Amino acid sequence: MIEVKGLYKDWKEFSLKKITLEIKKGEYFVILGPTGAGKTLLLETIAGFYIPDKGEVRIDGHEVTELPPEKRNIGFIYQDYSLFPHLTVEENIVFGLKLKKSSSPDTNRKRVKEIMDRLSISHLAHRYPSTLSGGEQQRVAIARAIAIEPAILLLDEPLSALDPRTRDYLREELKRVREELGITMVHVTHDQTEALILADRIAVMMHGRIAQVGTPYEIFNKPLTDEIADFVGVENIVRGVVRSNEQGIAEIEVDTGTIFAVSEYPAGEVKVCIRPEDIILSESRGESSARNVMRGRIKELHDMGPLTRVKMDTGLVALITKQSRENLGLQKGDEVYATFKATAVHVVR
Amino acid sequence: MKVLLRWSVEKVKREKIFLLSLFLGLFLVAFVVLTLGNMFYQQAEDVGGLIAAATDPVVLKAIGISLSMALASTLIAFLFGVPLAYFLARKELWGKSIIEGIVDIPLMIPHIVAGIALYGVFMRYGLIGAPLRRLGFVITDAYPGIVVAMLFMSFPYLVNSAREGFKGVDPRLENVARSLGASHWRTFREITFPLAFPSLLNGAILSWGRAISEFSAVLVLAYYPISAPILIYEKFTSFGLRASRPISVLLISICLVIFVVLRVLHRRSK
Repeated sequence: MIEVKGLYKDWKEFSLKKITLEIKKGEYFVILGPTGAGKTLLLETIAGFYIPDKGEVRIDGHEVTELPPEKRNIGFIYQDYSLFPHLTVEENIVFGLKLKKSSSPDTNRKRVKEIMDRLSISHLAHRYPSTLSGGEQQRVAIARAIAIEPAILLLDEPLSALDPRTRDYLREELKRVREELGITMVHVTHDQTEALILADRIAVMMHGRIAQVGTPYEIFNKPLTDEIADFVGVENIVRGVVRSNEQGIAEIEVDTGTIFAVSEYPAGEVKVCIRPEDIILSESRGESSARNVMRGRIKELHDMGPLTRVKMDTGLVALITKQSRENLGLQKGDEVYATFKATAVHVVR
Repeated sequence: MKVLLRWSVEKVKREKIFLLSLFLGLFLVAFVVLTLGNMFYQQAEDVGGLIAAATDPVVLKAIGISLSMALASTLIAFLFGVPLAYFLARKELWGKSIIEGIVDIPLMIPHIVAGIALYGVFMRYGLIGAPLRRLGFVITDAYPGIVVAMLFMSFPYLVNSAREGFKGVDPRLENVARSLGASHWRTFREITFPLAFPSLLNGAILSWGRAISEFSAVLVLAYYPISAPILIYEKFTSFGLRASRPISVLLISICLVIFVVLRVLHRRSK
């Protein structure tokens, strides 16, 4: 458990103002906020790289506010991986193990091998970081951090520098690490989808303050202020139940029908998330490769400059360009078909 | 020749800024090559003089003094300069630019002025010279005097190069090492120092080369025991070019060999 109480810190152009947080043991906690909100500074202060100007930090009930980072039993992962460039992959991973009191060359070697196997990086053992791809480097960084079996893993935008495919893959990897190790994870990001998919709870951070703390459902459906709503974007989040799953395509029953989604969940209650910009509107049910088509009536049309927000009676919200709206001649009360691909549907528990 | 023929008119046009840069830059390169080349060429006509110099115990001793005192000066600069550079690279505090300015002073003042200032402090009745003399240490006209003069004139090269080297090490690497359980000292030893090492070595090479070549400040502080630049000057004023040149060629040759070896090591360490 991590407790942050009344924390203040000024550093360069960033500042933290009266931060109070409670992160539960084993929780996946995401700190979500725009660039410059002070997220990284908060994470680095929890890690002990900075001493706060005011306030305190507690880990598992012990006050650690002025304890140096090496005594906090934490793992830290940066966006740019921060691998030691003069050490091989293997040497990077064993770095923290060698410093442990219980360390011996034999047990260390075993442990490094086990971790490299788990993250499928054994073939990179003798390479230097500069020869690895971004995804490989990040897997090494994860391996290095979890090798010392930290109580807490702190992640600073760990997926931001990766290409979309690798990002999806590593996102699942992070989920797996949490599930297998039961470790407390604190993950900083500016990406709403990432927060939505990974988080048990989210803290929205703005201008150096915590603006809202809650479950993803609460944050995206009941943002406390307009500013938060504006930042997190309007997401379609619908509760549903997985009825079947064939070859990774889940059939999910929701109030207004059935939604197909790419998901591993075989059964049970889930939340289905679709970004408004991923929904295509049309007047007739045309042929397409998209798996999901839902009929509904337009309940509201909201003008947003070049874009129009369309709210349907099924609860779905779509975002289309003004041009499309004019071409289709959309009016309140019109019947339209909302189409979206199974890959555009994010399923979370 | 084939490569040269491939230079079409279009290619010359496209690369003209680079060609101009190279052309103008070669002026400086030629300046060095011509000057030293001429000296070596003239010496080649007088091999006997070179052999005589290379076997003269006075000459060998002077060169030995120059090399070893410069090494001592560089080691002292390293011992005190590396910590200073680390501090300057990592910490922000009021007055830091004043410290950096002070470090640069020896680079800017005339060497003879530095020599006179040093003499004022280290002579028998000087601020530091007097108490040291009571303890039995004499600085002026002794080996320590040579080292003091060399150190004063050469340490800024080491500090500046080392500072840039430390700045080039991402503090986040140090943060990660700390999070993995390494103490601050261990992090410095295993992460920061090895990563900054090429810059430290580069600074040490520059500082050592500068120390060997120091003349004016050494002249004032410790004319004796006679070091190579002073011996060369003495020969030049007493016996002319023919007497001073072989020692110069010898000194330069030894230095060049050492420089090349160190540069190769430097490259490897990168």
